[in-house]
Amino acid sequence: MRTDLAGQLAALTLEHLWLVAISMSIATGIGVPAGIWIAHRRPVRGWVLGFANVVETVPSLALFGFLIPIPLIGGIGKTTAVVALVLYALLPILRNTLAGVLGVDPAVRESALAMGMTRRQLLWRVELPLAASVILAGLRIAAVATIGTATIAAAIGAGGLGVFIFRGLASVDTVQILAGAVPAALMALAADGGLGWIEKQFGPA
Amino acid sequence: MPMSAIVAFRDVSYTIGGKQVLRNLNFEVQAGETLVLLGRSGSGKTTTLKMVNGLVRPTSGEVEVEGKPTGAWDPIRLRRGIGYVIQEVGLFPHFTVAGNVGLVPKLEGWSRAAIDKRVHELLEQVGLSPQDFAARRPRDLSGGERQRVGVARALAADPPLLLFDEPFGALDPVTRLELQRQFLRLRRSFSKTSIFVTHDVREALLIGTRIGLLEGGCLRLSATPSEFVEADLPEAKAFLACLDWKAEESS
Repeated sequence: MRTDLAGQLAALTLEHLWLVAISMSIATGIGVPAGIWIAHRRPVRGWVLGFANVVETVPSLALFGFLIPIPLIGGIGKTTAVVALVLYALLPILRNTLAGVLGVDPAVRESALAMGMTRRQLLWRVELPLAASVILAGLRIAAVATIGTATIAAAIGAGGLGVFIFRGLASVDTVQILAGAVPAALMALAADGGLGWIEKQFGPA
Repeated sequence: MPMSAIVAFRDVSYTIGGKQVLRNLNFEVQAGETLVLLGRSGSGKTTTLKMVNGLVRPTSGEVEVEGKPTGAWDPIRLRRGIGYVIQEVGLFPHFTVAGNVGLVPKLEGWSRAAIDKRVHELLEQVGLSPQDFAARRPRDLSGGERQRVGVARALAADPPLLLFDEPFGALDPVTRLELQRQFLRLRRSFSKTSIFVTHDVREALLIGTRIGLLEGGCLRLSATPSEFVEADLPEAKAFLACLDWKAEESS
């Protein structure tokens, strides 16, 4: 029984990590470019941020539920969970990317343009390096939140450490609940610490 | 001699948000000149300057650089050939001093060795010891040192034309005078054409070979410093009064 629990723990932890990793990769892949894109386009900024804000206000269990009947991205299982986790992670990533890019000193940007940098050079050599620590802070917030929210994904059959938690809740078994909650909390702490360390490497220039 | 005009403004006007910032500007800057654009805040001098390197485009009329309208230039080529120094300096905080000064040469694809040599030479010219300063970050410099780096950066690729937007405005008076003197020394050793924006009439008289007086977006006067001090225009007199208000007070 003991070894069985340990084996399950390892499998569910891996599954949980996988859910978080996939969701975070997709959210970063969408959120960072979108944040850069809206930084210099004031008219669309409100719409994009508004959408991300609205998504963020939907309770997570409800969002998972809403997605189930939607074809292609919905249904029971991992796809639905990943879609929901991506939607949640999007706002902090988007917002911090935007704040990071907008936070670049206008005099620095003006100098870069006046020195004959192309838009691309301005982005890669000036804006992104200077925004890096703020963008990473957004990734950190998103990662910690995603690890927590991913436990709820078990409710729609996506697996992960939430399986223990829901099973423990159903059978009023504290050990099972803790077997899910403690590793999830440790994972969140590790992500926070690790990304925090990387962020510091890019520290305020 | 219109052929030697490096910069020419032809009926340039600029309107933004229903407000006319510049009205029918017409002037030329000849090779080797230092034209100082003098005016109060909001007189349009910074906008005028930014039209030369295409950071701002005229609403009507044309700005020509080396005989070609700025709109016909590739903006990147245009800007690489024009040094730009602003009051806020705008050094790249994530680059060292050497990285800042060597940026345009690097963008232009110079070799590592050529860049190093150039950076070394420029830091010396602006009065900063390369050994002490090359590896430092902008945040570790004083205001005066930062602006020296800003000037060195603008000179890096040896552009024939330099634009200065109140470069010494934020410095203490002692440092400002040092940098103004440095500017005059540099001008003697390189034959550059400069346009220099300021609201300080003392600076205008010290640095300019010609002074253009802007008032409400119009060029009121274009005169040599010695003509300027004799000018009869009310706005010129208002600026000249800044020089000797103390004398007036006691008389």
